Amino acid sequence: MKSLLRYMKGYRKECLLGPLLKLAEATLELLVPYVILAMIRNGIEGENRRYVVLAMLILIGMGFVGLLFSVAAQYFSAKAAVGFTARVREALFAHIQSLTYREIDGLGRSTLMTRMTSDMNQVQTGVNLALRLLLRSPFIVFGAMIMAFTIDREAAMTFVVAIPVLSVVVFGILLAGIPLYKKVQVRLDGILSKTRENLTGVRMLRALCKEDSEVRDFDEKTEQLAGSQKLVGRISSLMNPLTYVLINLAIAFLMYRGAIKVQYGVLTQGAVLALYNYMSQILVELIKLANLIINITKSIACANRVEAVLETKPSLSVLPEKYSEKDGSVVEFDRVSFRYGNGGENAVNDISFQVRPGETVGIIGGTGSGKSTLIHLLCRFYEVVEGDIYVEGRSVTSYPQEELLSKFGIVPQKAILFRGDIRSNMQFGREDVTDVEIWEALSLAQAKEFVEKKEGGLSAPVEQFGRNLSGGQRQRLTIARALVRRPSILILDDSASALDYATDLALRRSIRSLDYRPTVFLVSQRASTLKGADRILVMDEGRLVGIGTHDELFDTCDVYREICLSQMKQA
Amino acid sequence: MKLPLMQNGMGLKRSLTYVRRYKVLIVLTLLLAAVNVASALYVPLLIGDTIDLMLGEGKVVLDDVVPLLVRAVIVAVIGGVALWFMSIINNRITFHVVRDIRRDAFAKIQRLPISYLDSHPVGDVVSRVITDVDQFSDGLLMGFTQLFIGILTIAATLVFMFLLNPLIAAVVVVLTPLSLFVANFIAKKSYRFFREQTVIRGEQTDYISEMVENVKTVKAFSAEKRVTDGFCEVNRRLEKSSLNAIFFSSLVNPTTRFVNAVVYAAVAGFGALAVIAGSITVGALSVFLSYVNQYTKPFNEISGVLAELQNAMACAERIFEFLSEREETPDAPDAVILDSVNGAVGAEGVCFSYTPERKLIENFNLDVKAGQKIAIVGPTGCGKTTFINLLMRFYDVNLGRITVDGHDIRSVTRKSLRSQYGMVLQETWLKAGTVRENLKMGRPEATDEEMIAAAKRTHCHGFISRLDHGYDTEITENGGELSAGQKQLLCIARAMISDPPMLILDEATSSIDTRTEIRVQNAMKDLMEGRTSFVVAHRLSTIMEMDRILVMRDGNIVEQGTHAELIAKGGFYYELFQSQFAE
Repeated sequence: MKSLLRYMKGYRKECLLGPLLKLAEATLELLVPYVILAMIRNGIEGENRRYVVLAMLILIGMGFVGLLFSVAAQYFSAKAAVGFTARVREALFAHIQSLTYREIDGLGRSTLMTRMTSDMNQVQTGVNLALRLLLRSPFIVFGAMIMAFTIDREAAMTFVVAIPVLSVVVFGILLAGIPLYKKVQVRLDGILSKTRENLTGVRMLRALCKEDSEVRDFDEKTEQLAGSQKLVGRISSLMNPLTYVLINLAIAFLMYRGAIKVQYGVLTQGAVLALYNYMSQILVELIKLANLIINITKSIACANRVEAVLETKPSLSVLPEKYSEKDGSVVEFDRVSFRYGNGGENAVNDISFQVRPGETVGIIGGTGSGKSTLIHLLCRFYEVVEGDIYVEGRSVTSYPQEELLSKFGIVPQKAILFRGDIRSNMQFGREDVTDVEIWEALSLAQAKEFVEKKEGGLSAPVEQFGRNLSGGQRQRLTIARALVRRPSILILDDSASALDYATDLALRRSIRSLDYRPTVFLVSQRASTLKGADRILVMDEGRLVGIGTHDELFDTCDVYREICLSQMKQA
Repeated sequence: MKLPLMQNGMGLKRSLTYVRRYKVLIVLTLLLAAVNVASALYVPLLIGDTIDLMLGEGKVVLDDVVPLLVRAVIVAVIGGVALWFMSIINNRITFHVVRDIRRDAFAKIQRLPISYLDSHPVGDVVSRVITDVDQFSDGLLMGFTQLFIGILTIAATLVFMFLLNPLIAAVVVVLTPLSLFVANFIAKKSYRFFREQTVIRGEQTDYISEMVENVKTVKAFSAEKRVTDGFCEVNRRLEKSSLNAIFFSSLVNPTTRFVNAVVYAAVAGFGALAVIAGSITVGALSVFLSYVNQYTKPFNEISGVLAELQNAMACAERIFEFLSEREETPDAPDAVILDSVNGAVGAEGVCFSYTPERKLIENFNLDVKAGQKIAIVGPTGCGKTTFINLLMRFYDVNLGRITVDGHDIRSVTRKSLRSQYGMVLQETWLKAGTVRENLKMGRPEATDEEMIAAAKRTHCHGFISRLDHGYDTEITENGGELSAGQKQLLCIARAMISDPPMLILDEATSSIDTRTEIRVQNAMKDLMEGRTSFVVAHRLSTIMEMDRILVMRDGNIVEQGTHAELIAKGGFYYELFQSQFAE
């Protein structure tokens, strides 16, 4: 949790004033029994009615000043809590964006969602409460003890014993609850991802008539959640009853000792009453403190989880500059191997090739042969396990990430668009792109026609994930999005799969006509798509089994020939 | 007194229907609360009596003091036990209510029309089912444990105070409601802020869900800054509205405490005057002071609870709004259960569009004989999935009818209709669970032998065996580390295992490499044999073997016939066909 505190920096004043003002208010509260004691001594015993009225007015005045302190304290605390949470949330969001594919895979997206939403809400509540009350309650508890000392040293010893005993009970119960709360959170995460899964897969689930069994499964999961929540509840709800019984024991003892002392003339009735009032204050404050600590414990647990995400360092860093020994290639793979996760087989093995500027390179191969992995490695989304990759002669590890990626225009396998409009999606590719350039890119991507038909043209709304567009439309827009960057290396990762042949062909023609002659990587299953490529890389089970033109490969590479023949037979 | 939270009647009323199921527990918890309150009131009375015994030096009878204190301890223990049981029961009620609401919300998801789910962001629905229900439960929990005790305490202390001294009691009664007025006023003002906060929070959740889901795409474009800027904008707005909501609602506490301080001062003052006048004892004054604290505490807490309840109600409203969304029209009461159909599919005068403004399918007729294979082709974005939506009854036709074996599909149960189809969609979907669970999803009773056989036929067996735990490997939500092709192969295997009489294949083979694909296609050919099949595909070569081809353009079906017929016709299909060989 510690490292989160730096987001509190801008709120130093608030963090200081909030608790301080609260303490000022608490001091006033501690003085109340003293005023009452004075009222009894001087007013009642002295039968002085004016003194009584004066004391009453003083009490009201103290209340009013307390109110002012308190309102100010609430404001500062709320401001600090909300501001702090907003800062952390921003940092967390930015951090998630900075993670590499490997960490994102590791953390899981639904976990990240929970961290960003409900965990952050809990943190906000916790900070607010902590600023307002965390100091106040112990202050009153110990303040009451000190006040008791001023009345009678021996009677105050009851406080000295009662406070630690109560604290042990309070904290013992709290500590016992922590691991259980964790379990609750895990189960809640499970319910969250189940809900999401059902929303994203609704068509498939209904097609398979899984509604009932999904409901049953969900019912079971909610039952488990309720079960662990009840278990936590059973332990944490011991707190109030136990402290209640203990404090009353303390009061009874205090009364007993008080009675003896009154008998011997050491204490007066009014002093015993004041001690009783102080002890009662302790109970109220300890219970407040206990509930507060429960809340703060939850918040700390949430904060720690948030911190864990923030501390997940992106595994990629910019390494010292390193250059290729070979000249004239825009992309070079030098004995590259890679595997996902720690165990398992290599996803790609000992890959070496060079690409000249302006070349169109096809990558073909079976499912899981490592085609997309090559692209991910080229963009340094994942780090190679062995070997080196050079872009424009410089190792990808020595580029700042943004500089490296600025060279690429990537059209990912999955056509994802973002909520906004068509223009904003294009700006995603390049921030300062003009409408003219957008239309140009749309036209190249064979998307101009349908965008023109849309109401609003470039301002036509795009829903989350682009789900108000068809698969083919999305795909063409993602291609346009890559093209607005005017990238020096254009990567189409199996991006024409939802396009019909006619559109696919027109697209390839327009890419070939680009005036800035980008180097193009075409990943595809279709031999016909790659046929026109300058060179084709043939991947098979993580190995590069052939490089060459279509004709060369057809003669020399068995795997390639097999692919072609299988497709030709269809045609 | 009209509390602002009553204004949104729906949330409150609907949450009561959930609470009502736990009637017995609620009565029990009320009884325990009463015991606890009685204990909390009786103990100060006993202490007051002991204080009255402490008249001064040499005047204290210790033998009278001790039994009173012993009794006080026993009463406290009874009160403590009652409090513990009460909390346990309240937890039970709250967690069960949350569970019940979540279950209903989840079941609701299953019953909502696809059109609702297509048009509502996933994050919004998730935040209703998860965050809102949680916040609602927190509010409910606080409300439950504190409201009961509060009301009981107020009532009981009032009675006791009137018995002790009506004048001082009257002072308390007149002054205390002030805090409620103040609390109510503040709550009313802050409700707007809470509502606003909930709305913005939903917006933010939605944004987060979009960007976290697609973080890889964001990174690929180095658009982190752009996306983060967008987030900051929402975040700033949330910050502002949260500050308002939290600050204004937190005013309740200090102001009511001030009112309490006034009440306390008044009781002390009037009490002291009464002691001087000889109408009460100092012990009674101590009881009064203790009662005033006890009496005002619930006012304090109720005001605090108000704020929480306020938020809870705003959340409840969103939850129950979701729960009362119009559901899919239920199956007709006399709906037939389709059982092992032959697979004849017909369409008569079908008209359909998603929105009235934009007409799609108009007056479409089709007659498919059992076992025929139908290809649906057309340029990208021509609305091929619309056709599947209609066949599967994800959407209902606007006019005309679609039949299976002569039954209007609206006259049969949806389940029985859908279970006649095996479906492989372009966007593959796998659930979190083991490979085995995913494969057997369509037919859980399938044996492992059948499963493995199907996996082998669809070339899944190889890569499944290479996974860490083979068929028992847990797949994360939507496939995780599996490649698009592998996921698609699994989906095909899943359809194969479920062994349906009719098939819908939606660009099923687009991301599988051709070598694998040709084997899959052979397996598919087996599978299609004797089954009515609808195949959305780009590969004209595959399509040529089909019995009938439906050609779609701009959402409508413009031509249909065999390959030879359509080529001879020289229409839109002919154009498409030509373009494949144009290279």
